[in-house]
Amino acid sequence: MANSFIGKSLPRTDALAKVTGKAKYTGDFIARNMLVGKILRSPYAHAKVKNIDVTKAKALPGVEAVLTYRDVPQNVYATAGHPYSLDPKHRDVADKTILTAKARFVGDEIAAVVAVDETTAVRALKLIEVEYEIMEPVLSPEAALAEGAPLVHEERGSNIVSSAGYQIGDIDKVLQTADYIFDDEMETGIVQHCAMENHVSYAYVDDDGRVVIVTSTQIPHICRRIVGQALGIPWGKVRIIKPYVGGGFGSKQDVCLEPLNAVMTMAVGGRPVKLELSREENMIGTRTRHAVKIKIKTGVSKNGKLLGIKIDAVSNTGAYASHGHSIMMAGGAKFKYLYVFEAIKYSPCTVYTNLPVAGAMRAYGSPQIVFALESHLDNVARKLNIDPLELRWKNFNKEGYLDPITGNKILSCGIKECVQRGKEFLNWDEKKALFAKENEHEKNRCRGVGIACFSYGTGTYPAGLEVAGARIALNQDGSVQLLAGATEIGQGSDTVFTQMVAETIGIPANMVHMISTQDTDVSPYDPGSFASRQTYVTGMAIKKASLEIKDKILKVAQKMTDQPAAALDIKNANIVDRQSDMIIMPLSQVALQSFYDPHASSPITSDVSHNARVNAISFGVTFAEVEVDIKTGQVEVKEIINVHDSGKIINRQLAEGQVHGGVSMALGYALSEQMLFEEKTGRLLNNNFLDYKLPTILDTPDISVDFVETDEPTGPYGNKSLGEPPTISPAPAIRNAILDATGVAFNRIPIRPQYAFEEFKAAGLI
Amino acid sequence: MSEKVNINFSVNGDQETREAVVGQTLLKFIRDELHLTGTKEGCEIGECGACIVLLNGKPVNSCMVLAVELDGQELVTIEGLAKNGELDRIQQAFIDHAAFQCGYCTPGMIISARALLDRKPSPTDEDINEALSGNLCRCGAYQEIREAIKASSKK
Repeated sequence: MANSFIGKSLPRTDALAKVTGKAKYTGDFIARNMLVGKILRSPYAHAKVKNIDVTKAKALPGVEAVLTYRDVPQNVYATAGHPYSLDPKHRDVADKTILTAKARFVGDEIAAVVAVDETTAVRALKLIEVEYEIMEPVLSPEAALAEGAPLVHEERGSNIVSSAGYQIGDIDKVLQTADYIFDDEMETGIVQHCAMENHVSYAYVDDDGRVVIVTSTQIPHICRRIVGQALGIPWGKVRIIKPYVGGGFGSKQDVCLEPLNAVMTMAVGGRPVKLELSREENMIGTRTRHAVKIKIKTGVSKNGKLLGIKIDAVSNTGAYASHGHSIMMAGGAKFKYLYVFEAIKYSPCTVYTNLPVAGAMRAYGSPQIVFALESHLDNVARKLNIDPLELRWKNFNKEGYLDPITGNKILSCGIKECVQRGKEFLNWDEKKALFAKENEHEKNRCRGVGIACFSYGTGTYPAGLEVAGARIALNQDGSVQLLAGATEIGQGSDTVFTQMVAETIGIPANMVHMISTQDTDVSPYDPGSFASRQTYVTGMAIKKASLEIKDKILKVAQKMTDQPAAALDIKNANIVDRQSDMIIMPLSQVALQSFYDPHASSPITSDVSHNARVNAISFGVTFAEVEVDIKTGQVEVKEIINVHDSGKIINRQLAEGQVHGGVSMALGYALSEQMLFEEKTGRLLNNNFLDYKLPTILDTPDISVDFVETDEPTGPYGNKSLGEPPTISPAPAIRNAILDATGVAFNRIPIRPQYAFEEFKAAGLI
Repeated sequence: MSEKVNINFSVNGDQETREAVVGQTLLKFIRDELHLTGTKEGCEIGECGACIVLLNGKPVNSCMVLAVELDGQELVTIEGLAKNGELDRIQQAFIDHAAFQCGYCTPGMIISARALLDRKPSPTDEDINEALSGNLCRCGAYQEIREAIKASSKK
């Protein structure tokens, strides 16, 4: 049967609300007599609070509460947005308290104020008197790992958060047999999500004494659990409501504000308190992407076969673990589907430093590891004097590969087709030859082309539990309500869920009423938006719930028509004869019967939880063409295309949007974005959008997109991950294009003009 | 307490008289006093464009203007673009081209685009890029935004 809705570019379900300004985000809810919360942040990277005096702040008219670590629960909790684990060994690293007596980075949360308005709250912060005992900070992984280094968390006994890696095959033996050994050292910078909506929440205590928190989060159900743990109260006493979210990108897959916001409202008798970060606070006080230093060694045969790979990666997670430990595992686990290796040894080390907290960010470790791998491969190709595309082509993995560690299997693999299409689009062979010739003479503006590939997972299985819930209720008019615990944060999940329900039940999309707000009191359990999991994992829950409700509808129709359910179907909101498509009765007639039959009234619903014990591997490639101004170090991306194997595409228009967004973010990662810290103090130097260079419309060229639509058997509609993958490969592709253009092998990003200029000078190009 | 003054202005076509706190930004006034929350706050220092509104037909970052400056002026926010239940052409084009994801920068984007089209009904790509260079979009919908504006231009 031809699809009616899957694969169609339906407009977003939230489109009207968003273009008219009616969409309500957390900051748009204005309660009567709402109080304002503000945080006093440490000016020092590493310091103990010796004394804290809040008398003057408390005395200021309009101040309702002043809180320090002495006034709030000091349960040590983990902030990372993962599902809880029944096995204590698999839980996230608990190292955080609500407010602290020990500052671990410039911006750490020392005290908090609740006041009648923002002006008063800010004044009160200035009246809090803190005496600090300043300690020596550790501001780099090297410093943190040095013998006798000060400990960021004394009670943990070490600055190493985690160093769990893996090995497949006998790496030493394989490297010994290789014809060539190649080594590189690569490094990525610290960047930030910079969602346009800063982190914001507001909290109150309801009439039943439960804490209600409305918050800009990707993970409402997880957030409820973490607030319960941090406060030491039963999880059911907490209610989290997620309205529209103004971008997350992983920063909101973490619990940054909510426990503090909860204690703020509890301190003022449950009155509503809003906690909204300024942009400057958001830059230091939420999450960043880990800077990682990567040593990479490969053994390669004479004919260009990759034999073994050894990766040592040191990751800087900042002052609290957040997702640090699991990001390095994920980053090291997901690249191995791309190429065939006889042996892999992956040794990560995640360390604490006295810098802002690094956490989850779009593609979770892969941007760093893939940058190193794909840059390294171009260095190898150059040394072997073979086309970098050829080198990759010889080594691509394929369907049937079984990951010996996770048990995940490649069941669909379109990487070769992706590369083929990208190559044709860019005119790779012609341009490579043309630019090489041109660059023999051109010394000012050099052109080059680059390629980089990636593989990625869909969801977190088996590292994490992948469960998702969907609940559908049939209305009297034949329309349905759809409740999912998965969260729309801009990526378009509400729209594709609507398409899935419409397709599977057989009703028009406008008869599917998607409930966009997640409320832990109402929404089915689902951990939320991360790991590009929702269309795949939640999608399967929605498909099952749709099939179940369809089955129930047809059983009622059977009683009404005396025709067996198996002979009936639903099309365009009508009950039809399965064979002839002849309309028998409108769906609404069955719906009415189900509600109001005097004897058999039983309104029709379905409620499904799906535990996805599978993980689909997605693939893709970026081809980039750059023009490099040697004398200024300016790099211009002239052409860029991402070709993805994300399985079947549910909504092409929205899928292209995901790719445009991921590539846009990666352009910043490759060329302009970097959080810069004062070397001695750890103070962030560029905490605003003038000094931190997000790509603007002027910096963003037209980005080309193509999809190789393989059919993934484990996906509900043949689909695989798409939200994060587009941001993985552009940075190394651009780096490789610069290498092609100039012969200079950059080993770190971002490649900002100053850095490029210095390298060109060192290489004798200037 | 903070000093307040009376200001007269029109907002989305309606004449209003309100008290404004001296020192309050126009952005806070629009959101907290007029309760027009379509205008968004992203940075409060004029770097992101999420709070752009039309003041006498010109786009301004409302976080960089004081509420008292509204006196005697004409204000249009995102809520004032649709007329009699019908979307402005640029709003429809944003829907048709999926020119947003999270939607947080969208009101500012649409207002900037409206101002550009009022000034220049058939803008070039360069005109569009320049006019919207003060509007940041982290979802990276810039390409779709360019397309939406082009589709709304006079051919």
